[in-house]
Amino acid sequence: MAIKQNFDTKVAEGDMTAMIDMVFQLIIFFMVLINFSQEDQNEKIKLPASELAKPAEAPLEHPVVLNLDFSGSVYMGADVATVASLRPLLQVEADALKAKGLGAKDANVIIRAHQRTAGGLVQELIKKCQEVGFEKFALRAQEERP
Amino acid sequence: MAMKFKSRSSEKVEMQLTSMIDVIFLLLIFFVMTFRISAQEGDFNVKMPIGGGQGTADTTDIPIKLRLRANTDGELVDIVVDDSRSFGNDFGKLREFILQLTGGNAPPKPEDGPEVEIDLDYNLRYEFVIGAITAVTGRRQGDKIERLVERIKFAAPRKPQ
Repeated sequence: MAIKQNFDTKVAEGDMTAMIDMVFQLIIFFMVLINFSQEDQNEKIKLPASELAKPAEAPLEHPVVLNLDFSGSVYMGADVATVASLRPLLQVEADALKAKGLGAKDANVIIRAHQRTAGGLVQELIKKCQEVGFEKFALRAQEERP
Repeated sequence: MAMKFKSRSSEKVEMQLTSMIDVIFLLLIFFVMTFRISAQEGDFNVKMPIGGGQGTADTTDIPIKLRLRANTDGELVDIVVDDSRSFGNDFGKLREFILQLTGGNAPPKPEDGPEVEIDLDYNLRYEFVIGAITAVTGRRQGDKIERLVERIKFAAPRKPQ
């Protein structure tokens, strides 16, 4: 007995327009919110909170970012050192500024220290920077909403 | 003789969207994976050239010496101002004192106002140092920040015995 095939051979295609619109909107949302300025942040550092810590209106000039963790390790870009052995790394930064016709005193040293780090370690870090000629420091804190 | 025109096909021309959708989904996955929600950060500016101790020479007639004492766990136990007034570990009282001292007004120029020298026990946790700096540098009223003391410096570190 012959069986008659009634299948439609056309390919069924859904309307993709609405989905593409939505996906584009999602991409735009994430692109706008992505923050490349977080490159200097270190996930090991939990900053202390302060109600006065508001983001600066303009970025600091010639920033040198030092991340100080709970154990006393200092993260400077890809390099890691202790406070005692930091001087050569700071000297490299100072020399780079000198090559640009600037000095260490023109740089802003941003200190991102863990909230449970000993305050004395932060003082020693500042002292170490002063020995190389850095003068301006910014102690970074996380904004705390009252 | 009548000319014959070939009629145009009425079929819809459809673009091949598959590869574009693939790329868009890859982009979307990239942005979703790299997305991080982080709190805003701000700075307390400290200007401390070397020489003459650890901070700049004080040129005002109201130098405020702030001594922060810690227990063995690094917690703040006492705030002493000018070796005379003790506020326990209450930053609110310290702020009230600073408010009285400055009259609640910010100096016209940051370098004109009083200077605070912070002298802390070595093991005092950094969060308390920031707490003390917060208490002396200003107060928040709604979305506005009222500045009190702009000049902060640190005394020489007290090395543990």
